[in-house]
Amino acid sequence: MFESRQKVISNTYPIWKYLLLAAAITLSAIYAAPNLFGDDPAVQVSPVKTVEFDQSTVDQINATLSQAGIEPKAFERQPEQFLLRFHSTDDQLKARSLLKETLGRQAVVALNLAPATPDFLSALGAQPMYLGLDLRGGVHFLMDVDMEAALSKTYERYVDELKSVLREERIRYLGLTHKSDRLLLRLRNPEEVTQTLNVIAAEFPQTFEPRANEETGEIALPLLAQVKSETRKYALKQNITTLRNRINELGVAEPVIQQQGDRRIVVQLPGVQDTAKAKEILGATATLEFRLVEEKGDARRAERTGYAPNGARLYHFRDGRPILLKRSIIVSGDNVIDAKSGIDQEAGSPQVSVTLDGAGGRKMLATTKDNIGNRMAVVFIENRVDTIEKDGETIKKRTTTKDVINAAVIRGQFANRFQITGLDSPQEAQDLALLLRAGALAAPMEIVEERTIGPSMGQDNINQGFLSVVIGFALVLVVMAMRYKVFGLVANVALTLNLVIIVAVLSLLQATLTLPGIAGIVLTVGMAVDANVLIFERIREELRHSSIQTAIHAGYEKAFVTIADANITTLLAAIVLFSFGTGPIKGFAITLSIGILTSMFTAILGTRAVINVLYGNKPVQKLSI
Amino acid sequence: MQNEERYNFMRFRGQALVLSLLLLVASIAGVAIKGLNFGIDFTGGTLVELAYEEAAEVDEIRAALQNNGYERATVQNFGSAKEVLIRIAPRPEESSAQISNNVMDMLAEKHSDAFELRRVEFVGPQVGDELTEDGALSLIYALIGVLIYVALRFEFRFSLGSVAALVHDVTITVGVFAWTQVQFDLTVLAAILAVIGYSLNDTIVVFDRVRENFRTVRDGTPVQVTNLSINQMLARTIMTSLTTLLVLAALIAIGGEVIYGFALALIVGVLVGTYSSIFVASSIALALGVSKEDLMKPVKEGEDASAQEEELHRIFLEEEAKREAREAEASAKK
Repeated sequence: MFESRQKVISNTYPIWKYLLLAAAITLSAIYAAPNLFGDDPAVQVSPVKTVEFDQSTVDQINATLSQAGIEPKAFERQPEQFLLRFHSTDDQLKARSLLKETLGRQAVVALNLAPATPDFLSALGAQPMYLGLDLRGGVHFLMDVDMEAALSKTYERYVDELKSVLREERIRYLGLTHKSDRLLLRLRNPEEVTQTLNVIAAEFPQTFEPRANEETGEIALPLLAQVKSETRKYALKQNITTLRNRINELGVAEPVIQQQGDRRIVVQLPGVQDTAKAKEILGATATLEFRLVEEKGDARRAERTGYAPNGARLYHFRDGRPILLKRSIIVSGDNVIDAKSGIDQEAGSPQVSVTLDGAGGRKMLATTKDNIGNRMAVVFIENRVDTIEKDGETIKKRTTTKDVINAAVIRGQFANRFQITGLDSPQEAQDLALLLRAGALAAPMEIVEERTIGPSMGQDNINQGFLSVVIGFALVLVVMAMRYKVFGLVANVALTLNLVIIVAVLSLLQATLTLPGIAGIVLTVGMAVDANVLIFERIREELRHSSIQTAIHAGYEKAFVTIADANITTLLAAIVLFSFGTGPIKGFAITLSIGILTSMFTAILGTRAVINVLYGNKPVQKLSI
Repeated sequence: MQNEERYNFMRFRGQALVLSLLLLVASIAGVAIKGLNFGIDFTGGTLVELAYEEAAEVDEIRAALQNNGYERATVQNFGSAKEVLIRIAPRPEESSAQISNNVMDMLAEKHSDAFELRRVEFVGPQVGDELTEDGALSLIYALIGVLIYVALRFEFRFSLGSVAALVHDVTITVGVFAWTQVQFDLTVLAAILAVIGYSLNDTIVVFDRVRENFRTVRDGTPVQVTNLSINQMLARTIMTSLTTLLVLAALIAIGGEVIYGFALALIVGVLVGTYSSIFVASSIALALGVSKEDLMKPVKEGEDASAQEEELHRIFLEEEAKREAREAEASAKK
């Protein structure tokens, strides 16, 4: 009993607590350190899908650079890509345009800022903090995927498949149409309802939830909820993949493409300034359809009457001329693997060379074999979704334009490689090739939020943020030292350590640091001293009626409950903030929470350790508090 | 003990109540009459900030926009004479994502390369609606969370007192934004949530001491005990508010325009929060009739018994230590 009391009141810490502190200091110093070294201007060279880099690429890059008299600071071979560091931004920009020229379509050449972390730190996994777009400049898009369109596309597909099944089974029907959230099948003979249901169940298992009317012979076919949700998931995934491909085409280092919620996609493009171009590429959903021309019908009559002959559909060229095309699609943009723009050697006009995948190639082969001398049309379909406000209500307007780009005679049998000609300009050929390469979107998308930060703004934000941390920090140090003398200085050491630990944790987590995040750090600095204020005020109080050692001991003990209570409530608010927040707000919530947690450690354990060394276990006349 | 009770805060309970009510009425009136100057985060719309090489001709830019059909666009200087902020409300017939492109093209025609894009923000109307809803919900969730936590940790009357103080603080902070018409955007909402955390922090610290004093101070009415507690915590309340206000002052002075509203909300919140933790939170708990017995009452039988034993043990240790210290001092003097 007496032994334990003696230990407590003499205010000494067991050795393990000092070791723990020493470990915390060392680790946080290591992981916070990379932030001191800044960035190198760099160029990132990564191969496009089918290309692989080898030694010849390295030689090619080196030759190009040395020819121009540019000496890279470092040439790093990373998995999948090369990173070239330069001494100056001038070199970096020059190298980018040179390499783009040399490597052409084989590679994506992007500007980047590579952290100049020394090797011994990188070896330990230490990296600098990840700066948000508001600090480094760039574009943030939030895209909304039109799920209704994705679903109706699925229904349309089943219309085609169901028709051929019914034909095979010789079931006659009056109509098969797609109505908002179901297919509607009207049979000629109501007695065939049961047979039809069996056929549908056998051919499309686990797909529909049929509701039949035996008397009228009408069958409603809504998709199962599970199929719908799979369709939505697929659409989102497909769109993310497509966006990723398109963004690779733009040449952006470290793009972020993430799902948010169940129908939104976040796209962040650090360093991109030309938002017009980016929006064009991201926003449009274009695809191609290859269809045979219906040579029998009269397109002009169809336009006049509004009725196309059976099995055909009316389309228009870009200049407005009508043309009839067969309803069945040969291949669509989904089958396109590659598309390159170029100049047709014979005609001297722009063209796009298209490569199809295996399935597309087989279909094309089967079709062209029987149709040499007939015409094949390329239909360019562009979807746009605009949100417009009408009478105070927001509604979505979906515009689909279907233009026949050209209709050329099939000169010979071909499979997976062919050319599209008849384009207006080389620029159009390039754009079309880019969109084709990037693949088709499963559903149209709309940009519902955009935030662009210019590079000068980003730098200003960093400078202002940094300066306010420094000044706020200095002011707090002065006030603490004035009020609590030696104890205040001890608290200041703890506060400094707290700041280092926050930076280290942020670097370790690679959490995004935003401007509100910096504000969170500043606020933490102001609030972190609260724990020490509580303890020191309590010690002052205790000093009035107890001895020095007891006062120190009781001050820490009694203040602890209060500190914990107070911090848990702030943490509560931070968690609500985090769960609600979008990007920048999340940054604030993260730094605030980390700051609260680390401040408990440094303000209680850290200061106590120092105070114990200064005053513990020795006769003290007066506390400097 | 008496010398710790320097100020009789509880005597001003009546006056404080009147002041608080006046402030609340003024705030609600401000929101009702002037409304909040919501940023595009909530209203939807487009915001373009440009930096010109020389002082920008705001009137010319406005005219250029109006001639091209953007009649309702607002153009103003932002931070300095060289920087311009253009705000465009959501437009009925135009795809809003294209607006910033159009504006840039339009101005580029007029001034060629004399300006640089600082930032563009576009928020679609539906995203704005969602953020407004989420924001309001998150405020409510935060308040409910606090209500539950304080009720569990203390007693439901304290919990009501602290939530009343929070509603008081948040309302007045929002009121300041209504009267000053400083833009209310997402960062301001974040700041208000942080104010909830901060103001609660202050309140809890006082309550904590009230609870402790109810248990240890033998005599005194609840009002006296509360007053004593507030006095004991006064130095701490002032110190923490001071350091927090200092860093916020640094933020509002240097942090730049983007962070201005955020810092302002926190400064108002900290000031009002400090006031309310002294005058509002405890007064309400007292008005609801918090008494010694409420806090003496054990939450769980066993827990309380062991806590009491611990307390006795601690007091014994303290007495022992005092004796020890006296002896040590005496021997040191020798």
